[in-house]
Amino acid sequence: MIRPAQIQDRSPVGEFFSAIAVEARWIISDTFIMTWRNLLRYRRSPELLLFSTLSPIMFIFLFNYVFGGAIPTGDLNYIDFLMPGILVQTTLFSATTSGVGLAEDLQKGMVDRYRSLPMARSAVLGGRVSAETIVSLFVACLMLAVGYILGMRLHGGFWPGFALPFMVAGFAFGFSWVSALVGASVRNPESAGSMMFFVVFPLTFLSSAFVPIESMPGWLQPFTKINPITNAVDLGRSLSQGGPIVEDAVITALWTLGMTFVIGSVAVWRYRKV
Amino acid sequence: MDFAIDVRNISKSYGDVVALGNVDLQVRSGSVMGLLGPNGAGKTTLVRILTTLLRPSSGSATVLGYDVVRHARHLRSVIGLAGQSAAVDDLLTGRENIQMAGRLYHMPRKQVQKRAQELLEQFDLVDAADRSVKGYSGGMRRRLDLAASLVANPPMIFLDEPTTGLDPRSRLDLWEVIRNLVSEGTTVLLTTQYLEEADQLADEITVIDIGKVIAQGTAADLKHQAGSEFIVITVREAEEAKRAAAVLEKFADNDECEINEEDRTASIMVQDGASIMVQVVRSLDAEGIVVANMAVRQPTLDDVFLALTGRTAEEAATESEPTEN
Ligand SMILES: Nc1ncnc2c1ncn2[C@@H]1O[C@H](COP(=O)(O)OP(=O)(O)OP(=O)(O)O)[C@@H](O)[C@H]1O
Ligand SMILES: [Mg+2]
Repeated sequence: MIRPAQIQDRSPVGEFFSAIAVEARWIISDTFIMTWRNLLRYRRSPELLLFSTLSPIMFIFLFNYVFGGAIPTGDLNYIDFLMPGILVQTTLFSATTSGVGLAEDLQKGMVDRYRSLPMARSAVLGGRVSAETIVSLFVACLMLAVGYILGMRLHGGFWPGFALPFMVAGFAFGFSWVSALVGASVRNPESAGSMMFFVVFPLTFLSSAFVPIESMPGWLQPFTKINPITNAVDLGRSLSQGGPIVEDAVITALWTLGMTFVIGSVAVWRYRKV
Repeated sequence: MDFAIDVRNISKSYGDVVALGNVDLQVRSGSVMGLLGPNGAGKTTLVRILTTLLRPSSGSATVLGYDVVRHARHLRSVIGLAGQSAAVDDLLTGRENIQMAGRLYHMPRKQVQKRAQELLEQFDLVDAADRSVKGYSGGMRRRLDLAASLVANPPMIFLDEPTTGLDPRSRLDLWEVIRNLVSEGTTVLLTTQYLEEADQLADEITVIDIGKVIAQGTAADLKHQAGSEFIVITVREAEEAKRAAAVLEKFADNDECEINEEDRTASIMVQDGASIMVQVVRSLDAEGIVVANMAVRQPTLDDVFLALTGRTAEEAATESEPTEN
């Protein structure tokens, strides 16, 4: 029982903060429920997970054995050079699922149900993004295991290597918000999917993911250097192979936070307006 | 008077298309309001405004005392919505669909589980409860959607064409469910294109056409405006329809008989078709007119429409379709 006296005792300021506390609690619990719902997709059809891991594994093999010999990577083995790049690319592709799924919900009218419920609006997007991040983390770990079999070694020590999958999943989390914004704006899963393919595919190739930037034509290099994917990949490389991490870590963190808070807010706002 | 829904002068436009124009509507607590109208009349638009999915362009509305714009969040926790297309999650089982809705209403987990089982039983979904919704039939989806919208026992429920796409049996079952809800004191607003459905369920009916309320009253009131019933006589030869009409006119309430030469039919409006049927047949026989078929027809939305607007519901629906330019 709540005693009425207790309520009356609250100052307006206390009222305000307790309202915020209640709100925060619902946002967290609603996001949790939505994350669980989105992960169920993989429990229902585990083959989805198989496909999203098989193609990156295939790419590891193709790149390593087809291009590996032709790409000079200094004193690094190509597999050591390749793995951070392909991890970033794969998790970014997996992040596009957030937008596609959101567009699917919007198209099928599922979102009408959510919007008529007293749940936190941000939880619909938050749940998507969190679920894909968990999947990204899983896929990244699996790929590292495959890389190890193909001869990749962590020359930068255990802890930085341990941080690698978390770092790429974190970056993908930030990008998920971009994909959520596209999904909430386009509202058509096919268009959302192909739009993001045309963003992620060229952007990852125009970075340091697969070949050293120095081997690219001079006019292209300035662009590839400011591409945030280059920073994320270089950070991954330093974590796994040793090297300076501070600058890339700061830039990658800023991009991740920026995408999460700035693009994320716009995405939630877009979604509210639907 | 205690109104569960109080709509004041609501309008909604999509660009140039006026979906609702100055609509007023009051629904008494504990009653069933039937919103009747052809395709494109604005039924869904009104339901979406009242369930906070859409903001009105102008005007105001309260549901259970909450303003649909200013108190949207509070309002959502006391209403249930079963939209025109079933919003069920293919990824989840039937049970999980209901439970998830319950959790998002912020009900305690234990209570959600108990309530989900109750609803699955009530909606005859127990056998399919733990199967993925992907394999559900259209009727099962509708029932599940309705079950999910009832999980929190909301005192006010919105049903947008709840029986569209259901077979006659499921339709009757659903009517029964709605009647039970009402007997427990729930206020219901339902939309439909069928006068019969509104007649069966609603205490009061509001007819809307191109975003305007054109009539309001009980089913009996509306039927009265449309002429209570129709006697429809089909003759063998098209020329005979005119002769039949001459006979039939005398029985008609408004001394008029409508002839449709193509269908070879002649029809009249009467109060009680069954009681005068025998007399009608005798008179036709006396004139030597051979009757191929005869029927007493209940008035439909079309008849109400024709009486109210001078055009059929079908014509109205075509008119309200947005024109390309
Ligand atoms: N998002 C939208 N954009 C533009 N026009 C719209 C939109 N939604 C509805 N309309 C228009 O508003 C009018 C009313 O539509 P509404 O869906 O409310 O009708 P309805 O009575 O529910 O019809 P139905 O029986 O087909 O479900 C129609 O002319 C429709 O074309
Ligand atoms: Mg509709």
